[in-house]
Amino acid sequence: MIDRRGALTRLLAAGGLLLAPPRLAATTELRDRAVAELTGGQPVRDGRVTLTIPAIAENGLSVYTTVAVDSPMTPEDHVRAIHILSEKNPIARLASFRLTPRSGIAQVSTNIRLAASQQVTALAELSDGSFWRDRRDVVVTLAACIDGG
Amino acid sequence: MALAAARVSMPEQARRGEIVNVKALMRHPMETGYRVDDMGRPIERHIVERFRVTYGGDEVFAIDLTQGVAANPFFAFYLRADESGPVVFTWEDDRGEVTTVTRELTVTA
Repeated sequence: MIDRRGALTRLLAAGGLLLAPPRLAATTELRDRAVAELTGGQPVRDGRVTLTIPAIAENGLSVYTTVAVDSPMTPEDHVRAIHILSEKNPIARLASFRLTPRSGIAQVSTNIRLAASQQVTALAELSDGSFWRDRRDVVVTLAACIDGG
Repeated sequence: MALAAARVSMPEQARRGEIVNVKALMRHPMETGYRVDDMGRPIERHIVERFRVTYGGDEVFAIDLTQGVAANPFFAFYLRADESGPVVFTWEDDRGEVTTVTRELTVTA
């Protein structure tokens, strides 16, 4: 049986990719450079971070995104920062959240823009200087416009 | 009267040690600087660059934003209720406009 809704979604997603002009788009390389600037070259491990974002985002202008980090949030052991990074937007770093032990729980949510279907990265910096990440692929049906209004 | 530019949702009262959920919404175009108007002229970038939260005078939470955050930026996060005091929310945009919302949090034993 033909999955008509799936086929339509894929068609629109392909259109979204075409709308993003390559001259302005970030690349995986730029994303990796942004990560390296944040970490100072420290290794980044998978785990402790949970990035919750729709697998299919209908509206790239506003994609609800939550990042949670497994941390007791005590003065001795807490999350210092959570960064959300893109590999296809004009700017790789979308937002950086600064947390303190008084944040209580290391969980933040916001709405981000996605200029194309891509992998989104959540990077957490802990008080012991370690870095952790989670990554999710997102198919964007209608991409956030970069030019042409 | 227009809607307030910034709104915050959080409890007015909490027990000591309780972790409270905070939601903050700001009315702002978050103009990316990548778009052009009907005449083909570039539309200047206009974004909120920084959001800060102080609690009892100490900065407890902050966000650095870029144009990768959607228009009318919305944030949800948490605070640990450890003392009664003002919680001050400040949004600063790249044109120097500052918006502040203050809420009192009463902490009970």
